[in-house]
Formats: sequence, C-alpha cells, structure tokens
Amino acid sequence: MCQTCGCTITPGNAHLTLDQHGRAGPVIEVLQDLLAANDRVALHNREHFNEHGVLAINLMSSPGAGKTALLEATIVALGDRYRIAVIEGDLETDNDAARIRAHGVPALQITTGTACHLDAHLVHRALHDLPLAGLDLLFIENVGNLVCPASFDLGQHRNVVLLCVTEGDDKPAKYPVMFRAADLIVLSKADLLEVLDDFDPARAAAAVRALGRDTPMIRTAARRAPALGPWLDWLEHELTGRRAAAQTLLPQSVATVAA
Amino acid sequence: MHELSVCQALLAQVTEIATDRGACTVAQIIVEVGPLSGVEPALLASAFEIVRAGSCAANATLLIETMAVTVSCLSCGAESQTRPNRLLCAACGGYRTRVVAGDELRLRRVELRVPEPRPASTA
Repeated sequence: MCQTCGCTITPGNAHLTLDQHGRAGPVIEVLQDLLAANDRVALHNREHFNEHGVLAINLMSSPGAGKTALLEATIVALGDRYRIAVIEGDLETDNDAARIRAHGVPALQITTGTACHLDAHLVHRALHDLPLAGLDLLFIENVGNLVCPASFDLGQHRNVVLLCVTEGDDKPAKYPVMFRAADLIVLSKADLLEVLDDFDPARAAAAVRALGRDTPMIRTAARRAPALGPWLDWLEHELTGRRAAAQTLLPQSVATVAA
Repeated sequence: MHELSVCQALLAQVTEIATDRGACTVAQIIVEVGPLSGVEPALLASAFEIVRAGSCAANATLLIETMAVTVSCLSCGAESQTRPNRLLCAACGGYRTRVVAGDELRLRRVELRVPEPRPASTA
C-alpha cells in the first residue's frame, strides 16, 4: 500500500486523515430541510399575498417557451377586469419588464446576475417596491430554466409550467422535478402543431401521468391569432376560488410536503 | 448550479448547531438527498469542499445518504420502489401515487467535537 500519494485514502477512512481538534462531542439528530430558510421567507411572502387577497402565480419554463408573450396576451385579454402586476426574473436585462410595462401594467425586474432561479429572498425584496394593495393577480415569471426553479418555493399559490410544442413531448420524463411541481401545464405556441410532425400532446400527457400526476394540460397560442380560452378559464376559476378559499391555497409542490 | 447555495444553507444550519453547544469543530455531517430533491449528491459533495473552508466544519466529513424513490399507491395501497420519472405503482400499474421517500433534502445528523478540558494549574 502506498504511503505517499494518498491512494490508500478511501471515503471510508478519509476522516481519519483530517486534523480533528478536541474530543468527541454531542451527536445531534436534526432532520431539518436544507431549504428551511428559503421556506420561511416563502411562507412570509405567501402570508403577505393572502393579506391582500392577491393570487400569486409562478410561471416556469425553458428559455423561449413564450412566458412573457403569454403574459402580454393575458394582460390584453383580462387587464380591464383584473388588476395585474408582474415580477420578472432574468439573469440580465430588463427587456421583459419593459414589455409588460408597455401594456400599462406594473412590472418589476429582478436581475439575478448568475443565479439560475428566483428564490423567496429575491421575491421578498422585490415586494418592497411593488405595492400589492388593490391587486388581484401577481405573475412571477421565473428565470427560463427547467431544472432549478422547481426546487424553490417563492410563496406563490400556483405553479404553471409552459411546455412549448417545439420542445419535444418527452420533456416531462426528462425533467420530472419540474413537471411534478406543476399545478397546470400549458402547451404554448400550439398554433405551430399544424406544421410540426414530432409533437404528440397525448405522449406528453402520458409522460406526465408517469410522474404520478393528473395535472391538467391546456393549449395556448399567444401571437397572431391568440387562442387563450382554456388558459383564461383556468385563471378566472383560480381567481374566484381564491376569494372563496381565502387563506388555504397552496401549490401542490408545497401542499404534498405539508400534508 | 445551486448546490453551492444549498451547501451554504447547510453550513449555516450546522454552524448554528455547533455554536449553540459551544463546540469548536464539526466532526461529521450526515445529509439525506433523494433523487427527486433536485440536488445532485456528487455536486453537493464538491460544493461542500469549497464552502466548508475556514468554517467550524473545515475538517468535517460529509456523508450523503441517498434513498430510493418509493411511492404509495392511492388505488391499491401498495408501496413500491421506482424511478424518478416513472412514478407508477409496481403492483397495479396505477399512476395515482404519492411519493413517500426519495424527495428529501435534509440535514439528518451533526457530530461535534468540543474543546479538550484545560489541565489544572500546578502552580
């Protein structure tokens, strides 16, 4: 056995080579979630939304799936009946917040620099500059990323995940954590289905069921000839339900943990 | 990705526990990371090497326990182990399942080291 290059050190005995001062002390059983600090702030955010009767929706997808375009079309369709605000998350630029503000809706941009997801702390800070009084609906457009955003509770009531029809109908199988977290899956740019021959909505739905989920899946087209019926129906249903249910709405990514 | 920020959160929790008990160093940390947690154990281990430097856990061993994804079937009641993207009941094939293990991201145990007692003065 080699005494010089360290090849005898294995994961099992590595700790014996470390410089350990002092004597053995207490062993503490903890069982605390590593994201507990984020979850505490998320709870605070959710209470803040509840106090003001605001429905908060976390919008997630890969980059370019059409989140901002869907929000723009939604504002055009619902903006005269519901008071809407948007928190935008991107690594750089405030392009998306500018697009929303052009529709006369308050929008606050969080630029994360290098962080690939929004977290509850970032949203909490943004809320200092975004009065909730009088709002009905707050959209939080997360950083375009099908991996990390799914793990971070922001305090929202519902998670909406966009799956663009140009992306491939096996995405739910490839990104199980994200698609399991969805309360609604939106097949975006659905007007392109007539020119695509490799996206089968039924296969996407089967992939979602294989995640042990019955998540509703609807289609939207936000540009040219907007087709938003099922999306607007879902939003209005959630807004009405919010007022009826008051303090009890949770996204299923949080509800299943709390249960 | 965000394994670094998860490690920072881990270190904050461990430091608080050590400080509360007057310990100077952490000997061992055990965390549970499930396949559905969104965190990759190997990346977490690498991030820990960076994050622990200069802290009370600078010489701590990090043990990462991974567990199989297990679902409980809401139709037939069976519990079965399965894959992260195929959360169907192994007994009846049903998709109405609940994950009972495999999505953990938890600090389970911290083993501390306390200062050696100072020898009595002989003056």
